[in-house]
Amino acid sequence: MSNRKIRVLVAKPGLDGHDRGAKVIARALRDAGMEVIYTGLRQTPEMIAAAALQEDVDAVGISILSGAHNTLCPRIVNLLREAGMDDTLVLVGGIVPDEDIASLKEMGVSEVFLPGTSTEDIVTFINEHVRAEG
Amino acid sequence: MPDTKEQQSRDRAEKQRWEEETLKPVIEKRPERKDSFEGVSLEPVERLYSQADIEDIDRDAGIGFPGEFPYKRGIHPTGYRGKLWTMRQFAGFSSPEETNRRFKYLMEQGQTGLSVAYDLPALMGLDADSPLSEGEVGKCGVAVTSLADFEALFDGIDLEGVTVSQTINAPAWIFLAFYLVVAEKQGADFRKISGTLQNDILKEYIAQKEWVYPIRPAMKLVIDTFEYCTQHVPRYNPISVSGYHIREAGATALQELAFTLRDGVEYVQYGIDRGMDVDSFVPRLSFFFNAHNDFFEEIAKYRAARVIWAKTMKDRFGAESERTMKLRFHTQTAGVSLTVQQPLNNIARVAIQALAGVLGGTQSLHTDSYDEALALPTDEAALIALRTQQIIAEETGVANTVDPLGGSYYIESLTQKMIDGCFDYFDKIDGFGGMVEAIEAGFPQREIQESAYQYQKAVERKEQTIVGVNRYVMENEISKTNILKIDESVRDHQLERLQRTKDRRDDGAVANSLERLKAAAKTNENLMPATIEAVKEYATIEEICVALRDVYGVYEEPAF
Repeated sequence: MSNRKIRVLVAKPGLDGHDRGAKVIARALRDAGMEVIYTGLRQTPEMIAAAALQEDVDAVGISILSGAHNTLCPRIVNLLREAGMDDTLVLVGGIVPDEDIASLKEMGVSEVFLPGTSTEDIVTFINEHVRAEG
Repeated sequence: MPDTKEQQSRDRAEKQRWEEETLKPVIEKRPERKDSFEGVSLEPVERLYSQADIEDIDRDAGIGFPGEFPYKRGIHPTGYRGKLWTMRQFAGFSSPEETNRRFKYLMEQGQTGLSVAYDLPALMGLDADSPLSEGEVGKCGVAVTSLADFEALFDGIDLEGVTVSQTINAPAWIFLAFYLVVAEKQGADFRKISGTLQNDILKEYIAQKEWVYPIRPAMKLVIDTFEYCTQHVPRYNPISVSGYHIREAGATALQELAFTLRDGVEYVQYGIDRGMDVDSFVPRLSFFFNAHNDFFEEIAKYRAARVIWAKTMKDRFGAESERTMKLRFHTQTAGVSLTVQQPLNNIARVAIQALAGVLGGTQSLHTDSYDEALALPTDEAALIALRTQQIIAEETGVANTVDPLGGSYYIESLTQKMIDGCFDYFDKIDGFGGMVEAIEAGFPQREIQESAYQYQKAVERKEQTIVGVNRYVMENEISKTNILKIDESVRDHQLERLQRTKDRRDDGAVANSLERLKAAAKTNENLMPATIEAVKEYATIEEICVALRDVYGVYEEPAF
């Protein structure tokens, strides 16, 4: 079905409990007409990849503010690729220093959104990239 | 007073006259910048506040005097003329040795109290070697797994001579045990040591979300610390009831105020239910509020907090001691207001927020560092933050007189609005049966989520300005701020010490101490003594938490 709704998994990996951003994003994506599945807190990379596969999502949004992004994000990307989800967008939002952004992208993260990003920009990004690839 | 009503209608008539004669012709010629003006909490703000706006205020108590019930103008009659607020910078990163060095540095620079930030594994009751801790050890705070780390953290710091605040919640009672055991080893007298344990588990379920056990056993552990400290460590504050995280999660100023104070009421009720006298333990309960951008609203919030607490302790719980009624609080500037964009602008934000805390009469203050939207602060950034407080204290003159904004039409009117709004929330929460029940029903969580979303929308519509983010944006911004990188080797360093500790300790004694702890949990006795014994045997945080998990279970967040 070509005009099915875009499906997005919003995920909180690691021990960090700051979910304000994740919940605001989840609601904004829903308001923009997407199907959003929120994983809840403290998901391991394995749990996130399994949920992405099971829910057959077009994009995975990882919210992370604890500084553990270099450990957790590449693992999620690899697990998704291993599961054959090569076209799934992987987006990261949170506190990520400049110098880590390039390496995260090299490892397969599609985009990193820093604090202050408007939810509209994220909606636009997902719309453009999912449609382009789908 | 027979002429009060007459005076009131004269005040209103005067305001109307001004609106007609002076305001109207000006507005017709030149409209205001916007149709309506709103602050950070998205509450409408009037054009002008005058005598007419404060007529209904608290006629029995009026604005009152500092040091007198209900303490709107402060709990001390001399304000900051007697003693300045405590400058207490929150710090903690990497290994205990690194943080110990930062503590000593801050104290050399004139800081007057310590405040420890622990890493996420510690906050969650996990050891450094737990698989779940990977990537998180020493990142958001200092890594602590057993008493051995705690000994390194406070090496050369006299716990009888300095007050230490510890930001730890779900496993807080273990950290109280660490603190007491280290103090004892230093030869400190329990009756002389002071400090604060955050230990506010309710706001974890509401906002910060670092929990271990379900709510009710978690409340039991909190009350255990109240009881233990009242008996053995009388100058210690066993809790810092915290609005800070509630606000950071997106609450408005009023929601922060109401949920925090109602959390406080819940702790008092549970303490009384344990059999303690209200005047025996409530004087040692302390509070912790956020200082956000909306300057006057923040000041009004702190003034309102004191009034609500004093009245509630007196009317609801029959408190007789003034110490029970006096609300003491710590303030931290709003981390959530700091921007990654043009980060030096954060220095200005922090200064203004800190000033609000001071004008609101805070007992202690943390000023955020300008680089905290990027990472944990560098030495340089942490120093500027401390200097900001020193400038407010010693250069601006605001500490020279008590409650300098008392009597301002706007401040008084806003303070009253906060008080009324807070009591409305109390009624709603009482309607659930209490705060524990309200949290189980998801009430405060939903209120906060809604406010967070509305605020984000207001920012995106540019109704709320964030300089450098949605206005005055610089495309090619030059921001090569040095940031603190946490060396990944900290985990290995911590694992080595953990291994050494485990090699040296008496495993049989550890196992026995954990069994005694479990047995104590099953019979519902106060767990502090058994925890102190386990800590002395170098049982780790996770071992202690797991032992009790068998009795208490784990918390699963309901989906909202």
